[in-house]
Amino acid sequence: MKFGIVVFPGSNCDHDAYHATKKNAKQEAVFMWHKDTSIPSDIDCIILPGGFSYGDYLRCGAIARFSPIMNEVINFANKGGYVIGICNGFQTLTEAGLLPGTLLRNKSLNFVCADIHLKVMNNSNIFTSKLKTGDIIRIPIAHGEGNYFADDDSIAMLEDEKLIAFKYCTKVGEITDESNPNGSLNNIAGIMNKGRNILGMMPHPERYSDSQLGCNDGLKIFESIAHSLK
Amino acid sequence: MGLFSELEVSLQTAYEVGLTEEEYNKVIEFLGRIPTYTELGVYGVMWSEHCSYKNSIKQLKTLPRSGGRLLVEAGAENAGLIDIGDGYAICFKIESHNHPSAIEPFQGAATGVGGILRDIFSMGARPIASLNSLRFGELNSDRTKYLLRGVVGGIGHYGNSFGVPTVAGEIYFDDCYFDNPLVNAMAVGIVKVGRTASATASGVGNPVFIVGSSTGRDGIHGASLLASREFDEETDNMRPTVQVGDPFAEKLLLEATLELIKSGSVVGVQDMGAAGICCSTSEMSARGAVGMFVDLDKVPLREPGMSAYEIMLSESQERMLFIIDKNKVEIAKDICKKWDVPITQIGVITDDGLLKVYRDGKQVCELNADSLVLGGGAPQNDLPASKPAYLDIVNNVNVDTLDLNIPFNEAFTKILTSSTIASKRWIFEQYDSQVRTNTVSIKGDAAVMRLKELPNKGIATCTDCNGRYVYLDPYKGAMIAVAEAARNVVCVGAEPLAITNCLNFGNPFDPEVYWTFKQAVGGMGDACRALNTPVTGGNVSFHNESRERAVFPTPTIGMLGLIEDLNKICSAGFKNENDTIYLLGNNRQELGGSEYIKLFYGDVVGKCPELYIDDEIKIQKVVLTGIRKGLIKNAHDCSEGGIAICLAEMSILSELNIACNINLPWELTPGILFGESQSRIIVCVNQNDEMRLEELCNKENVECFKIGKTHKVQFNINDKISFTVDELRNVYVQAIPSIMK
Repeated sequence: MKFGIVVFPGSNCDHDAYHATKKNAKQEAVFMWHKDTSIPSDIDCIILPGGFSYGDYLRCGAIARFSPIMNEVINFANKGGYVIGICNGFQTLTEAGLLPGTLLRNKSLNFVCADIHLKVMNNSNIFTSKLKTGDIIRIPIAHGEGNYFADDDSIAMLEDEKLIAFKYCTKVGEITDESNPNGSLNNIAGIMNKGRNILGMMPHPERYSDSQLGCNDGLKIFESIAHSLK
Repeated sequence: MGLFSELEVSLQTAYEVGLTEEEYNKVIEFLGRIPTYTELGVYGVMWSEHCSYKNSIKQLKTLPRSGGRLLVEAGAENAGLIDIGDGYAICFKIESHNHPSAIEPFQGAATGVGGILRDIFSMGARPIASLNSLRFGELNSDRTKYLLRGVVGGIGHYGNSFGVPTVAGEIYFDDCYFDNPLVNAMAVGIVKVGRTASATASGVGNPVFIVGSSTGRDGIHGASLLASREFDEETDNMRPTVQVGDPFAEKLLLEATLELIKSGSVVGVQDMGAAGICCSTSEMSARGAVGMFVDLDKVPLREPGMSAYEIMLSESQERMLFIIDKNKVEIAKDICKKWDVPITQIGVITDDGLLKVYRDGKQVCELNADSLVLGGGAPQNDLPASKPAYLDIVNNVNVDTLDLNIPFNEAFTKILTSSTIASKRWIFEQYDSQVRTNTVSIKGDAAVMRLKELPNKGIATCTDCNGRYVYLDPYKGAMIAVAEAARNVVCVGAEPLAITNCLNFGNPFDPEVYWTFKQAVGGMGDACRALNTPVTGGNVSFHNESRERAVFPTPTIGMLGLIEDLNKICSAGFKNENDTIYLLGNNRQELGGSEYIKLFYGDVVGKCPELYIDDEIKIQKVVLTGIRKGLIKNAHDCSEGGIAICLAEMSILSELNIACNINLPWELTPGILFGESQSRIIVCVNQNDEMRLEELCNKENVECFKIGKTHKVQFNINDKISFTVDELRNVYVQAIPSIMK
């Protein structure tokens, strides 16, 4: 299968996503430029990578959402195409209206880069198909605005329809305030749309996709996608 | 001449731009006339210490600055370049941004990071790591907390957004830095050998371009005035001399610069940092022995009405000066268009060696470029030096006879939770340490980075300087800074290759300060020669003082080490139960300048610890060999806080909560537990490997003491100091956050 990785000006995890999908998950991967006005027909899954698109001096992702490629990404997703937004990519997906809610500043008001644990809340989707519901994985976060917020109805909808992909948890899987690194409602770390073809997550699976870096729990997400779309 | 001067120039105006009477007369002698106001400003900034090293270069020339794996001599280019084999080189440098950070901590620190990153990528290298070295007053005042919060925020803001991992650093809190904190930023990059760019102008008729941001009034006289004076009641008024950083613009500038260099269209390139257009045009011209015609009317400006003087001296960030091959201009313009980076021609290379600058159609400068720069006309001073009176007073305090009478458990906890020793997690969690997915470990004595370009090879890097030792003995203290930096990269399994340095001192015209400077440079040079780690370049920062006091002389070392096999690396945290713990090196019970004495006596006094460089070389050889043979499982340099703190850190850093049961074979004294003798490393081996380690030590004549075993949970030293790992970790990790709340 083939991943298409969007490069916005200010993306800085684009090459990391490329390395993880190409070298670690051993799939095809190409970059897609933000000024492009079409998406190659052979792309199976689009990645919106982490970084600070357009500097993120306004709300994170608020400008990226208006770049030419995003019209195509929105069309692609609305037709059922698979899209994963990581960190700044998740922020961009909420700005584009492809996912509900928004990412506020961390409760601590500081940027935080740390290893955290995630509980897999749902595996009946292409992104976590090789994991089990209830699995605990270790993946790092690195963000200043990762505090997931949505209105009560949206949160209830996400919970009821099992659209929450990951929640922050302790090493042994307890979903507690102490294990919540940024103040996200219900410890939400990643969510899907109703069609389950779009995933947004704040943690960086591409950073832990290589045993040389001490952990490859993140690779399971790219392998799930590859396995599902092969 | 037909030269235009905005203001009449006199000795008084010369003083205002930071020149002395002697220097002003030298300018007149060079020119054979009175300079224009713009020319005077150019001399003021180019002959500042920051740009010309006029008061330090004679000393710096005594350092080992070539040979070995150095691909360029120190100072010849924007940053140092070290051959790591297989066709690649590592480019690295450290620089200070102390004064800007003292008056505007967030932007001061942020632009310090931005400036050093540009030095790396203007060489054609892609930045792969950022480090820092910070000094503040005691963390008990609102001002210091404000500075710390701002500096850490600024470093994170710039590096995180730019997309370079911040992987290592060091920080000390001492009263002497209260008015004048130190913010030293280091960057490391990788480049193919032979694919670097040079900061040299050449080729008559080649066009000169500004690439990057427009030019505003920020940062005028940052180098000549702000960086060249002590702190006083005027300092706050100088906030406008601090630049404002835009990491997004720098990220685009990075990508455009690397692509330009790769395209073959670039003849030469230099970062516009201190002294902006003025410094880059004159230095590049002087290096290439060419002249340059510069039309300031072409420079994109942020605001109307800027004078020639202001445009020449502006330190607006995220700009580069490019000399482009005249036949490849379109290639260069296309690349800049792709990245949405402005590119504007402002001049052309000429053959007369003169820097001719125009504004509003009038010529405002006609200077010999060579007369402006280091190695050309810039002054080179050897200032008076005399041994400081304070040395005898502080050295003569006999710390061994002080009856401080602190119970060991209490002393241990207080040291473990002092701001200088306690966990810096509150700081480093605000830095993205992993972006670019090359960070293998930040849990040892130095950061370990892989190189995707070279499977299995890696680098180790760290910053080091205990200014307290340098204060007590500038020569020996500077040697220790080099030795400890080398020891730290050895402890993760790397061979020390080379250093970059950032020399932070007080006012050089104070003979006592200058004496410490000369001594420290001497010690650094001797240590570098002995350890075979030449100096690749760096930065001098004088005038780090207020009316109250000068900072401790603080020659910060940035060390680069090479790892041949990334499977043979080592971290500090205990890995397994039942391993055997050894202390390697001599235990001399030296408490002078220690954290123990500082905390419980209340001052930095005593004698600097000894450094026997031959012992240092031997212990580094043993530990590097042991790690490469897979024999040593953990290694941790025994430094501030001594054996007790070293062992506590090895337990706290253990991911599996492995602690240790220690039986030191000596009567417990503060000197044994908390003394800071140099050239000591605590290592851990499998119990079946005890003989192998002892033989290795015997062969190299390194003292080795079996001091205990690792085991689960309980930390214990001679039944006198006893805690669980969780207890230790909690107090260690919470100490700084609880102050910063």
